Amino acid sequence: MKKELPSKVKNIGWALLFVGIVIYVIGYTVNPREAAFNNVIGFLFITSIAVGSIFLIALEYIAGAVWSVPMRRVNEFLGGLVLVAPLVALPMFFHLHDIFHWTDLGAVGTDELLKGKQPYLNLNFFIIRFVVVFALWNLFYWLFVRNSLKQDLSKDQKLTTQNIRLAAVFLPVFAITLTVTAVDWAMSLEPHWFSTILGVYYFSGTVLAAVATATYIIVKFHENGYLQNLKRDHFYSLGALLFAFINFWAYIAFSQFLLIWYANLPEETIWFMKRWEGGMQFVSVLLIIVHFAVPYFLLLPQEAKMNLKRLKFMSIWILFAHLLDLYWLVMPTYANGVTIGWMEIGFPVLIVGLIIVMLGYKMKRHNLVPVGDPKLERGLKFRL
Amino acid sequence: MSTKQLYSITALFDSPDEIIHAASETSKAGYTKYDVNTPYPVHGMDGAMQLKPSRLGFFAMAFGLLGAVSAIGFMTWVTLIEYPLVIGGKPFWSWPAFVPVSFELTVLLASVLSVVAMIVIYFKFPNNAHPLHDTKYMKAVSSDKFGINIQAEDPKFDEKAVTEFFKSLGGKEITPVYFDEDELSHGQKLFDPKFIGILAVVAVIASGTTYFIFNQLMFMPPFNWMMTQEKLKAQKPSELFSDGIGMRNPVDGTVARGFLPYPFKGQLDSVGKYLVNPLLPTKEVLETGKQKYLTFCSPCHGNFAQGDSRLRGQFPNPPTLHSDKVRNWHDGNIYHVITEGQNVMPSYAPQIARDDRWAIIHYLRALQRAQNAKESDFK
Repeated sequence: MKKELPSKVKNIGWALLFVGIVIYVIGYTVNPREAAFNNVIGFLFITSIAVGSIFLIALEYIAGAVWSVPMRRVNEFLGGLVLVAPLVALPMFFHLHDIFHWTDLGAVGTDELLKGKQPYLNLNFFIIRFVVVFALWNLFYWLFVRNSLKQDLSKDQKLTTQNIRLAAVFLPVFAITLTVTAVDWAMSLEPHWFSTILGVYYFSGTVLAAVATATYIIVKFHENGYLQNLKRDHFYSLGALLFAFINFWAYIAFSQFLLIWYANLPEETIWFMKRWEGGMQFVSVLLIIVHFAVPYFLLLPQEAKMNLKRLKFMSIWILFAHLLDLYWLVMPTYANGVTIGWMEIGFPVLIVGLIIVMLGYKMKRHNLVPVGDPKLERGLKFRL
Repeated sequence: MSTKQLYSITALFDSPDEIIHAASETSKAGYTKYDVNTPYPVHGMDGAMQLKPSRLGFFAMAFGLLGAVSAIGFMTWVTLIEYPLVIGGKPFWSWPAFVPVSFELTVLLASVLSVVAMIVIYFKFPNNAHPLHDTKYMKAVSSDKFGINIQAEDPKFDEKAVTEFFKSLGGKEITPVYFDEDELSHGQKLFDPKFIGILAVVAVIASGTTYFIFNQLMFMPPFNWMMTQEKLKAQKPSELFSDGIGMRNPVDGTVARGFLPYPFKGQLDSVGKYLVNPLLPTKEVLETGKQKYLTFCSPCHGNFAQGDSRLRGQFPNPPTLHSDKVRNWHDGNIYHVITEGQNVMPSYAPQIARDDRWAIIHYLRALQRAQNAKESDFK
């Protein structure tokens, strides 16, 4: 069941990775500050896909889902990005002063609010959290995949049970670690501002990005004869998951806005004010249209969720929407108003390259279908 | 006398795949009056039965839009037309606050009314008798079997042919279902004693529970009623503060918003020299003055300031404001009387804002002018 990516696709992956690295290096030499902010976007983007994929694996085990078993390997391959994500984050650690206002100890000393937050927002603890969070994710990812791969040969049912228990431990850990990541990398960009819902907000985008990436790859595989046994019922489920999380994102995003708008406290509203002036208001409105309105209506009909062309289009669309969402979260801190240049467009290239290279690497070594999974047969026969 | 009539031939299958196959074969064979019963919705059944797309979706759409439009319309009417209130310093028409309510009402109407529409249009409510009710077939398909039945009404129907057809598809327990024409034509037994009895029991339990919750349970701990909670009361001592006084003085050297002290207390005669109306008699000011006058002044002084209101005779009579004395007063004197009160008239300072008092004076001047117009006004 091993099927390699065609070398043409792999070459594209390597080319994109190379171009991405070049853009990174040029970016950091030309304008380190802008590059660092774009790096935050890229880092959150790749983390979304990587951790979202692990979340989907855990979800399948703990919910006893059957339909997703034949395509679980795609998520397992994508989850491998969790090992690469810290590398993407690495350059930022040399520019933390450019990104995070709270690293400026002089400013913290004169600022009551920042002084109060110092026990959490300080450099040492920040790095410890980063290391611990990624260590946990890598540990769980390694355990999940190790059991899953072992099962290919041994066909041992106990391994599934083990993974179910593992998922039960992982999910609460995931909830906390993802919130910590969102707070550290997105919320602390503006250290005076706080929103208790931001972790959930990032989570909704995370799952959306992971499902969209997986959907695109699965559909593409299916069309090129890799996962031929999948039926309309499988694709419908993927489409429904996309549709559900589009609504979930809108629900969370609006909840965040509504509460802040209602309470009308200056230290909270300033965050939205920054996103409503100097041209950013068009980006904000665009975000609602791109991230909610368009996908909502394009995925609403029952037929649309089984239409492979529509699914592929929507997956790419949603990935762009997630990028725009992260841009909207991060960039207003870099400068007031809209910042758009070659860096904003160029940086995601590296991530796409990384995903393709990671897929090629994993597919060369592992089966594309979990052949030993006891639920596989039922998963292939799956009917809604 | 009951007359048994054949309703349909039924067959059971074990799996969703078999029933999909059976349904598509049946529709291919040209039968039109047949139905499939499954314990849960089987996807792909519409296609297998070659059904037209259900129109229920359009009902749901229409009801959802009805919910959204009525929610937004109602809140717009309340906040803009019927009772405009400033809430939290926000504009009257604050659409973000409408979103949750509109969403809820949209979902509520779309779901509830769709079910109602389904029951009324497709199940022909209130007719709830169906030949398939109370059959073994119905019991089987509502637990773990998948059933299909071809009705005797079908133009191609032939008892033997259908039985053979089901056999060829692999159907099990192929049985005919009969119905009693009397039973169907009898209509509903709404006053069935069993039904009425259960209804009565449900009513007693529901009302008893409600009574218990609202009259007993709510007064047991841990429910804590506001009336008995610890709190600061106006004009009452309190242990919360060290001086034992519940009401607090304003901070020294501060003036509360909207409570500018009035420095001319008891100086009606001289105040006119110092106080000048700060407003110009524009249309807006006169409109405000009219509104406030009609609200606060007219109950005693009358709509046209002639002291002829409907309350005349119940108090010492309120004076007309067209007297020479009032006409020759400065604006400041009238302001003083509104602010301080005079004789029986109490102070209106708590009710009428300062600018509104001045607006009332402008309106009063207009009323006076109307009663005692000069020659020049008629030109």
